[in-house]
Amino acid sequence: IFKHEVFDNQPFVIPLSLYFPRESLKPHSRTESSSKAAFLDHCETLWMRSAAAWRDAGLTGLLNEIANSSAEVPKWLSVSSGCVLALLQRISSFHGSLFPHLTLSSEDMIAEFSQVLKWSDCAVRAFAWHPHTDKFAVALLDDSIKIYNPKSATAPTLKHRLQRSVAAVQWKPLCASALAVACQNCLLVWHVDPCSLSTRPSSGCAQVLSHPGHSPVTSIAWSPSGSFLVSASPMDTNMMVWDVAAESCVPLQRVGGGGVTFLSWSPDGSHVLASTPAALFRVWETRMWTCERWPCLKGRCQSGCWSPDGSRLLFTVQGETVIYALTFTDTPGIPSNTKGPKAAAVVADLSETTFNTPGGDIVVGGEIQSLAWDPRGERLAVLLKGQEHFSLDRPAMIAVFKTRTSPIFELLPCGFVQGEPGTEPRLMQFHPNFQHGALLTVCWSNGRITHVPFYFLSAGMARHGLGGSPPQPRPEERPADYINQTLYTELTT
Amino acid sequence: MFSVEQSCWFIRKVICWRAAASVAWAVLLLPPSIAVFVIISRVSLLHPIQWISECVSLLTSATAIFSFILLCGVVLIVGFLNLEYYTVIPSIACSKIALLGQLLHPRQFVSSLVHCILGVIVAWCCAVTIGGRYQTLGYPCTQADGSPQLCLNEYQVILLLAGAFVGYCHSVLGVIHNMNYVSFHTVQQYKYLRFKGSLPLVVKCSAIQALYSVRNYLVVYFFLGYVPRTWICKTLNLQLNSSLHPLDTIAGLLDFSLLYHLWISGTFLLFTWYITLLLFRIFVTEVYSFPVQSSFTEDVHQCLPKVLTGQQPAILKFLALHDLALLSQHSPSRRSEVFSLSQPGGHPHNWNAISQECLSLLADLTQRLVAHHDTVATNGRAKSLSTGSDKKSLSSESSVTSGTEDVMTPRPSVLIKTPASVFLRSSVGSPLTVPFTPDLDSPFSSPALRRLAGPVEQCSPWHGTVQSPHIMRRGPKLWSTSTDSQANSLPSSPAPVPSPTPAASKPSLLAQFLQNRKEQVLQSDCCPEPELLDQIRLLIDSLPEASSQALFADTQSHIWALEGLSYLVKASFSEDQFGVVQTTLPSILSSMLVLQEAVDRHFKLPHASSKPVRSTSSMEDSSYKTLRFALRATLKTAIYRITTTFGEHLNAVQMSAEHQKRLQQFLEYKE
Repeated sequence: IFKHEVFDNQPFVIPLSLYFPRESLKPHSRTESSSKAAFLDHCETLWMRSAAAWRDAGLTGLLNEIANSSAEVPKWLSVSSGCVLALLQRISSFHGSLFPHLTLSSEDMIAEFSQVLKWSDCAVRAFAWHPHTDKFAVALLDDSIKIYNPKSATAPTLKHRLQRSVAAVQWKPLCASALAVACQNCLLVWHVDPCSLSTRPSSGCAQVLSHPGHSPVTSIAWSPSGSFLVSASPMDTNMMVWDVAAESCVPLQRVGGGGVTFLSWSPDGSHVLASTPAALFRVWETRMWTCERWPCLKGRCQSGCWSPDGSRLLFTVQGETVIYALTFTDTPGIPSNTKGPKAAAVVADLSETTFNTPGGDIVVGGEIQSLAWDPRGERLAVLLKGQEHFSLDRPAMIAVFKTRTSPIFELLPCGFVQGEPGTEPRLMQFHPNFQHGALLTVCWSNGRITHVPFYFLSAGMARHGLGGSPPQPRPEERPADYINQTLYTELTT
Repeated sequence: MFSVEQSCWFIRKVICWRAAASVAWAVLLLPPSIAVFVIISRVSLLHPIQWISECVSLLTSATAIFSFILLCGVVLIVGFLNLEYYTVIPSIACSKIALLGQLLHPRQFVSSLVHCILGVIVAWCCAVTIGGRYQTLGYPCTQADGSPQLCLNEYQVILLLAGAFVGYCHSVLGVIHNMNYVSFHTVQQYKYLRFKGSLPLVVKCSAIQALYSVRNYLVVYFFLGYVPRTWICKTLNLQLNSSLHPLDTIAGLLDFSLLYHLWISGTFLLFTWYITLLLFRIFVTEVYSFPVQSSFTEDVHQCLPKVLTGQQPAILKFLALHDLALLSQHSPSRRSEVFSLSQPGGHPHNWNAISQECLSLLADLTQRLVAHHDTVATNGRAKSLSTGSDKKSLSSESSVTSGTEDVMTPRPSVLIKTPASVFLRSSVGSPLTVPFTPDLDSPFSSPALRRLAGPVEQCSPWHGTVQSPHIMRRGPKLWSTSTDSQANSLPSSPAPVPSPTPAASKPSLLAQFLQNRKEQVLQSDCCPEPELLDQIRLLIDSLPEASSQALFADTQSHIWALEGLSYLVKASFSEDQFGVVQTTLPSILSSMLVLQEAVDRHFKLPHASSKPVRSTSSMEDSSYKTLRFALRATLKTAIYRITTTFGEHLNAVQMSAEHQKRLQQFLEYKE
């Protein structure tokens, strides 16, 4: 219904590029126990200390306290609690040997499973476009979130006591104000009134959603209808489906995999991709919340994205340099007995290739950090991890592909996006409703956020007026594409 | 009571079968739970082989089979009580006195009695299964003079009474926590998966609940234990063995094996009942797919449009609305039936019936909210006689009415306009609410009461006039009308309450406790007061935010109506071939916008936006406490769903200028 006019006379105003210098942001270095050293040692009775230990660290803390204060307790008690403690440690180390990721600290775990490349030293830790307007939210290294709106002069800063180590942010669809934030210990849902002039919304505007054992939260996804929020934590085998208004959740438990790392809800709302730390991922069907298991051979599913109609899932596996595709043919609503596809098909191979450019040979390829598909399904951006090898330096880079889903699925190389010299892309996202094609927002390692537009005709129209794309004004902000001509030429293969 | 003949086809054909299936599953789950109980109750880690062999021999013995049959009977009766007492609209007591009324209601009394008896039966089964010293009620003993006699075995008595006590607690807590309320889950899951997911919660809840009940029971037994003991001795002509310690002493009760067995038995009892309840909830709330239209005339009454418009059993209406919400989201083929035209004539009967019903639901809620807001805005006064029949009458009339008239407000007319009255007419759904709650539940009812029930912090003028006139001066704005009318209304004000004075003279333990708590609060407050008045006030004081909860008690239906309408309208953008939706689009949009305004206003009231405390480890389904938040979110999403689908086309829809402006806000994502 909505055909996008490509030939506008007035050029589209691309949102400003932002710059957050790494030096200006102070990360939180405070850990939970470090403040203890600043106070004098205080003699408390054993009961008080035990109660405090129970409150702070649960059963293990209590046992530890009792085992350590052997002078005050009967011998049998300290010995038995020491034995129980050792047994618990044995069990947890056995559990850890089954699922190695459980031994990581929560910061490391977020860095390991985040979609952001090298999350821990990133100035911009998460980024989210609003699904309907030109508003976006940026989570920074200092655990604050800033909201930018081109139509408003104020840029609210969101800070909350519990907002630590933000792994992901996402705006609620079909809503102007709600922003979900995945934090270290909980989920926050901010309600930022778009008409408010306040630059520091109080923490009363945030709903805190937490469930015991469900932390750190590494991934969140809103249902496209805005009714549910799902959240995932690598420590928890439950995937939580939240009814945010009622602050209630339904845990969906599947033990295999040992946790959930990454979630992606298909744009038509019918499926959810949930990857685990093990070589296994699941595709949930959202009507009755049943799932299909997809064991991978090599490693865990690192990233995935859905085609706009929700019928095709592209995903990548850690340790492999290819993109796989799965096709789901069943129409939503009619629960069909025919399961989806039996095996995933390889659609692209991104193993190392050398390009001859005027500036010298450049090696591109390798493992994939994340995938992003533009909302019209015509451009696929692939963030390549790169490698700092002693002999051969392969920078992280974004490769862009042209895609076409009908009549058959096609994936054609289109070009690369590179930043200023010495910077590498860390995070990328497509604008959800860019009128003239696709707009890729990239957050760079130096703290800069830039927007890379791709001007093209929509597939339906391109078939009528064939040939190359129309000449477009080259935006200033666009980083140096060393073969940016390919962005605008039809490949004739 | 329940009668199959009078009930509608749905109860007969669907609900009864679902209840029967849930009971059947509960019975099937009995053998494993008995086995686990036996293993846990006879646990002895030092002799594992003997332990296992004893358990196996016990499980295959005749007593085990007999107690299994007894327990089956218990589960059957519990299942029947579940079916009899369940409700989809919770009855929310707005004040302590209303809660007391609920607890003392004859129907509830019957239920408590039955639960007590069932508790005794289960406890007897437990006693027989545990065996040993709990096995029999009497045993031969020799008295001090050497003559052989039959003595009372106090261990069994204490276990049986514990069963009765836990059963009674279960039934009382069921009323306080609305345990009979059946909520519908927003996340659809298969029955087995849902059961599996809730099983750990059930185990945890029953263990914790049993712990608390046993603790309370021991206190009661310590003080009053001799009463049943001597009574049983007298009636059964048993003797007390004087050589043994009586159990209602500290030394007698500090028997860890006894405490363990009491706790285990209580847990087992609650577990079987909770499992029955859980299965009942899961089965009853399962989605039922109604046909949208039928080619056979005899089936027409079972079709969605007909079922939606009917009022009779609330569960039927709820399931129909749930089905509507689901079909509008997931099923294009059924949606096309909704949008279709009738074969001869070409009228969109299906769509008309569905949309009219949804819109009337929304209008009903809007009206209710507006009326509540008016009542609160005029500080609880005011509904004169005429307002009883006419909801829309302006609040300005109210200020003229005198206090005596206030008190005389006839309750029959009030009954009709209680929030849940539409559904309350069906006594099947929520039988408990009928005699007591409606008049207290209703935010509009008995204004005198409402005035008394004003928040404590406001220092309501009642106390002002009675106690210290200077307080009046502090809050003159709250009470702008003449004070003598209030003074008049004062002495007779407790009249509408069903017997406050006797209740006040012997307040329950709970009330006493709450009063103590409140006194602590009041010490820092401005109005000290005599104890009797305080007790009365405490009883009629409305619980904070209870009126708001009561107002939205049946709001799950409105949520589904909003979802159904918005998804259907969204789908009509591409699927509606005949444009049947276009004709109702303006009224849909305007009723949503009006409701949005009313909801926004309601949330500005005190207590309306305060979140209730979440209680995670309990079998009580507290989702009704958050329904108003869910409604607010759903409403906004529903409007956005329509505006994002239609976009600029909405400017062509005929609407009032104010609504246009409001809609523009939504189009620009500024709400």
